[in-house]
Amino acid sequence: MSWLSYLTRKVIGMLVVLVLVSIATYLIFWIFPANPALMSCGKPCTASQLHQVRELMGLNQPIWRQYLDFLGGIFAGRSYDGGTITCAAPCLGYSFQHHASVTTLIGQTFPTTLSLAVGAAVLWLVVGVAAGTVSALRRGTLVDRGVMAVAIIGVSTPAYLVGLLAILFFGFKLDIVPVGGYVPLTSNPAQWAFHLITPWCVLAFISAAIYARLTRSQMLEALNEDYVRTARAKGLRERRVIGRHALRNVLIPVVTVFGLDLGGLLGGAVITEKVFSMYGMGALLLDAVAKTDLPVITGVTLLAATFVVVANFVVDLAYKALDPRA
Amino acid sequence: MRRLLSDRWAVAGAVVAIAFVLMAVFAPALTAITHNDPYTYDIPALNPSGVPLGHFGGVSGKHWLGVEPATGRDLFAIVAYGARTSLLVGLGATVLSVVIGTTLGVIAGYRGGIVDTLLSRFTDLMIAFPSLIFMIALGALVPSSFPKQLFMILVIGVFGWPQMARVTRGQTIALRGRTFVVASEAIGARPGHVLRTGILPNLASTVTVIATMSIPAAITTEAALSFLGIGVPPPTPSWGRAISSAISWVNVDPWYLIAPGGALFLVTLALNAFGDGLRDAFDPRLGGGRP
Repeated sequence: MSWLSYLTRKVIGMLVVLVLVSIATYLIFWIFPANPALMSCGKPCTASQLHQVRELMGLNQPIWRQYLDFLGGIFAGRSYDGGTITCAAPCLGYSFQHHASVTTLIGQTFPTTLSLAVGAAVLWLVVGVAAGTVSALRRGTLVDRGVMAVAIIGVSTPAYLVGLLAILFFGFKLDIVPVGGYVPLTSNPAQWAFHLITPWCVLAFISAAIYARLTRSQMLEALNEDYVRTARAKGLRERRVIGRHALRNVLIPVVTVFGLDLGGLLGGAVITEKVFSMYGMGALLLDAVAKTDLPVITGVTLLAATFVVVANFVVDLAYKALDPRA
Repeated sequence: MRRLLSDRWAVAGAVVAIAFVLMAVFAPALTAITHNDPYTYDIPALNPSGVPLGHFGGVSGKHWLGVEPATGRDLFAIVAYGARTSLLVGLGATVLSVVIGTTLGVIAGYRGGIVDTLLSRFTDLMIAFPSLIFMIALGALVPSSFPKQLFMILVIGVFGWPQMARVTRGQTIALRGRTFVVASEAIGARPGHVLRTGILPNLASTVTVIATMSIPAAITTEAALSFLGIGVPPPTPSWGRAISSAISWVNVDPWYLIAPGGALFLVTLALNAFGDGLRDAFDPRLGGGRP
């Protein structure tokens, strides 16, 4: 199959899934509650205010009409209340509690989550793959046992526990890192990195453990394969055998997991953001849940799902690049 | 079985896990020894600003793990009763995802064709889904009268089945090609009979291994939901919520974090170690994570 038809098929598949996910998200989150308007109305809420809010939110329309309006808003933007409130495309809805469009709210919080996710992901990928490779090459030695012991501890420890202990020890006792908060990259790059270093390390510690275990078992399997023996028999240097022949195959499953993890993390590092008092997309969602701000919940959930679907798509492409057989 | 018993990690894990189950089951009897329960305040155990008196967060003969800051409630009682919530939700959710996952996996693997394609695509989608985000969002919508333990069992179970489905599907496909299944079909056995006698018994060990390995994941998710305030409501004790309340006390009373956090860590580590051992003993080819 040619690259172009492969790509077309994948893109169509991705779009179908996204539409299905958006319908499901929309249906669950708008049908489930007894009265979304009451939740977005605020307290106290009089009968006339409630009616006004229902009108404003378009809740008097049938559900399919609401969904189409929502979809239309994503591509063309929409307006509420006869045009007094406009929500430019891509409009994911309007929060009547924040008095802002969901897109704006996500735009404000996304850089925080992005900084957190990307930094941590790079760190855990490098550390995890390196640790797993070393562990596999030194199988059975003290190094191997040490790495795997640390890895099973990392797998078993919840992120918030490690996070809190890190804050306690490095933040309060040693006083070498901030105990929380976020500084935008654009306002002060040094402070940005300084505030993110602990959350990065905490997330990396947890996830690197999974990658180290995965890399190790895949590497052990690869080292027994015929092509590794062939490469060695040809007289290639060990470094090249490991780096070019074995690692390339090991990376295929690692990349799969990595793509999905990164996609999931971009959707909101809810727990880490709470522990380190950073206001990212996860915190925005938690806030919306506490106040039952449905447009925000719908928007964030849908975007989180989109990241995962897109990550899946990228992983599929990476697969094809890494594994010529696929 | 002998392989399992010779694995020191697995045995230690099983012992610790059983100890936690016993602690949960006998929580009322254990806390009765010191005349404590997880609800009664003990203000005299605190100093005027609410910090526990004495070392290690107020550890004493009466309070084995110290007391909770601000209320003086017994931390051992909170940990012991909290184990009930954690284990109940962990086991319940795992049972649910085993049932859903095995059913879908066997159907997909046995039927094949378009059913398999659709179910497999669905599984792929679910495996990658940002399930924590969905659980949080659903937590906002479920009426407060709905029992939260049941809610957590349902959401964690419903989002937890894809791994099980994927593995059982693969195994079913492999079994379908084996001689005894083909022979059984050739002499005209109904699909139900083939499934009961040929397929399901041979899936048992794999299902056991994956179920064991998914219990700690379910327990961690329960704690995470409670940590985020979506779990069981106060005053029902919960490790996750205790850890969450410990955030604001971590500087003055770190012991308040260590007690529930340590319990959660220990039970997860124990179950992971046991699950790894079980996997290695049943099927070494599933890939070892440990030397």
